[in-house]
Amino acid sequence: MFFWIIKRDLLLAVRRRSDVLTTLFFFVIVVSLFPLSVGPEMNLLRTMAPGVVWVAALLASMLSLGRMFASDYIDGTLEQMLVSPQSLSLLVLGKVIAHWLVTGVPLVLMGPVLGIQYDLPGDALLVLTAVLLLGTPVLSLIGAIGAALTLGLRGGGVLVSLLVLPLYIPILIFGAGAVEANMSGMAFDAHLSLIGAFLLAAIVFAPWAAATSLRVSLE
Amino acid sequence: MMRFISPGALKMLRGIGLACARGDRELFRDINFSLKAGELLQVRGPNGSGKTSLLRMLCGLSNPAAGEIQWNSTAIRTLAGEYFTALTYIGHLNGTKDDLTALENLRISSALAGFEISDAQAVAALRQMGLKGREMLPVKVLSQGQRRRVALARLLMCKTALWILDEPLVALDVAAVNLVQGLLEQHLRQGGMIVMTTHQEIEINCALISQLQLS
Repeated sequence: MFFWIIKRDLLLAVRRRSDVLTTLFFFVIVVSLFPLSVGPEMNLLRTMAPGVVWVAALLASMLSLGRMFASDYIDGTLEQMLVSPQSLSLLVLGKVIAHWLVTGVPLVLMGPVLGIQYDLPGDALLVLTAVLLLGTPVLSLIGAIGAALTLGLRGGGVLVSLLVLPLYIPILIFGAGAVEANMSGMAFDAHLSLIGAFLLAAIVFAPWAAATSLRVSLE
Repeated sequence: MMRFISPGALKMLRGIGLACARGDRELFRDINFSLKAGELLQVRGPNGSGKTSLLRMLCGLSNPAAGEIQWNSTAIRTLAGEYFTALTYIGHLNGTKDDLTALENLRISSALAGFEISDAQAVAALRQMGLKGREMLPVKVLSQGQRRRVALARLLMCKTALWILDEPLVALDVAAVNLVQGLLEQHLRQGGMIVMTTHQEIEINCALISQLQLS
């Protein structure tokens, strides 16, 4: 059943490719705006690259959060999930995995390509990919809680940003920090370990919290 | 087709002193009923009398303001997953995805309800619901009545004892109404239970139909 929900959401994403592409293009354009506006000052660009890529990734993942449960809520499929014998937390985890595959993985793949615009050295690009790979699932997991809490509310889109963005801050700090540490020749494994710890904690806690919020939102 | 059959088991749904409030307004109070195998409970009442609210409570989607709902003498709130394995709910909303085909919708919704079915089984069920030739069309191009048929096709696939149906006949034509009627009768004959609301008069031959009037 767990795989059915992932399969379903991926199938829906394939049928509605525009939703996926808007998120990706938003990320690409936001990251590309900075080199264009700052000009070809390599040193400045290199220092700001990790921060800019991460902020753009946060905003891009923010954009797609609204869709995570809203369409299922409108057509009644969410109601059916709530009365399913399968644990709701597991179904939510399935939806989050599908959401990450559709919106997170393209960011991970595009991150290093965009990093070239900032003249990042090769190994810094590798570190950037690694932290994006570890960090973007956390964004989807935490985002699911916000999306579930604001389900069916007017102006939910703005509210979800206010709820979720502050919770993204640790990922932003350690994600950007790892790349900066690598560029200044320091060890970055502590940053990676911390993001990994966030990921594990979020996998355990976030689906349960989102499932509980969904039950409250649908009452 | 294998269906729910359990001669000896004492399956029973009971509502004890149920009340529902929306804001300051009380929709209903002191609703008592009990439903045993082979029985149908028809919930009646004018618009806004709380029929859908009552059905949602029976599904465990919302909590009653007062009272308790019991399944086999245990409160459904403590049963959770175990209760859901015995329940099929078809609400106001069809619970179908517009971008998926009728076939995908039926297979996925059945799988999520705990009954994995093959393509062939799903096609057979959709044909039985009069959707021959429409299996591969996305649901968004189907008419309201056809979408309802896709949702109701789930009833052919599930092996649950308790069906909770909110206006199952809405948007259906005469042929489909007869089809659903036959389906409900068969379910009751096999010892199932049904709670439903409808504004249409339908004739169902079964041992016991009780009516619950909300005002």
